[in-house]
Amino acid sequence: MAQALAPRDWPLWEVFVRSRGGLSHKHVGSVHAADPDMAVEAARDVYTRRMEGVSLWVVPSGAITASDPADAGELFEPAEDKVYRHPTFYSIPDTIKHI
Amino acid sequence: MYTTDLQKFDKSAKSVQALQPDEPPELVEAFEARIAADAFIEPKDWMPDAYRKTLVRQISQHAHSEIVGMLPEGNWITRAPSLRRKAILLAKVQDEGGHGLYLYCAAETLGTSRQEMIEALHSGKAKYSTIFNYPALTWADIGAIGWLVDGAAIMNQVPLQRTSYGPYARAMVRVCKEESFHQRQGYELTMTLAQGTAAQKRMAQDALNRWWWPSLMMFGPTDDKSPNTAQSMRWRIKRDTNDALRQKFVDVTVPQAEAIGLVVPDPALKWNARKGGYDIGPIDWDEFYAVVRGEGPVAKERMAARVAAWENGAWVRAAALAHADKQGRLSAAA
Repeated sequence: MAQALAPRDWPLWEVFVRSRGGLSHKHVGSVHAADPDMAVEAARDVYTRRMEGVSLWVVPSGAITASDPADAGELFEPAEDKVYRHPTFYSIPDTIKHI
Repeated sequence: MYTTDLQKFDKSAKSVQALQPDEPPELVEAFEARIAADAFIEPKDWMPDAYRKTLVRQISQHAHSEIVGMLPEGNWITRAPSLRRKAILLAKVQDEGGHGLYLYCAAETLGTSRQEMIEALHSGKAKYSTIFNYPALTWADIGAIGWLVDGAAIMNQVPLQRTSYGPYARAMVRVCKEESFHQRQGYELTMTLAQGTAAQKRMAQDALNRWWWPSLMMFGPTDDKSPNTAQSMRWRIKRDTNDALRQKFVDVTVPQAEAIGLVVPDPALKWNARKGGYDIGPIDWDEFYAVVRGEGPVAKERMAARVAAWENGAWVRAAALAHADKQGRLSAAA
């Protein structure tokens, strides 16, 4: 009993909201909750009091693997010198249409 | 809603602004350069210890203010004079709770825990806005709180939407979006009383008399008494000085009072054409410091209410965890 009442925060969940059909879920913040159902209800109360969403995802915060900002330079470096991945890289005469 | 610059009074924060000698100069330099370029700092980015501690203190203090801020208004929910006013007040108080939660989560991204922050509040180590240590005596106070207290809070918070710490800035964007209804409902309530019977108008004036000066104090000590402002502004944790925000608040609020026939309780209040703003009379800083020290009229009641809510809810928090653990074990066994 003493152990059950020992102070311990409820687990942390990251909250994602789909603002309307056709859009993807977007991270909006986090909530503490004991279990997934409670996390969905808490997320509803905290992040959608003004009809901000039509769907919610909650994900245990510890389940997210994030890239390290200190490595951002080398992680994203490969894309830096590949301008040919963009349509504007190619020059095509104005007379050619629909391309 | 409400940030007051209380760092001067927080003994544990004395050396907070000093940079640690063992921090790698190249990292400090890169950090300062990003801040100077108005870039956002995110949770996993390297940051000086002093920046982290200043933010934890400011954000948690802000969160505590939102949570304690539910108390003076919550007292009036059952006594609201109509269903319309009751629904509005309920929604507002619920928003304040939500604001506290956005902010606690933002502070947690800096490595503190909800538990630690709540303990710091309950032990008196962490401060909250002095304004909530004044009582809400009449229904007109609910109008004055929305109009003046939330109005002052908005002044403080709008610039914080561009504060350098990403999670704090994003929380403030949400808070500000929700806060404007708070101020408008308060003004509308006050206006309704001011246009009512003589007794109702007296009640509105009395509430303005009592809330005006505490609202001006919400912006914190004058700039010359706020030694850490320069560092906080350089780090973009704070975007305007206390005095600049206070002036802005006075300039927009005085005409709002005049428009509904109420008188701002400051005999020295005078339009200053040269500076394009109002001059105000002296603020009673002795009262402010006394309230910060916890000598506000209802400071003890407020903390007692918070601690009771926390302790009475302990078994619910424990039971929910026990239930979740059991469900986890059952589904693992299945």
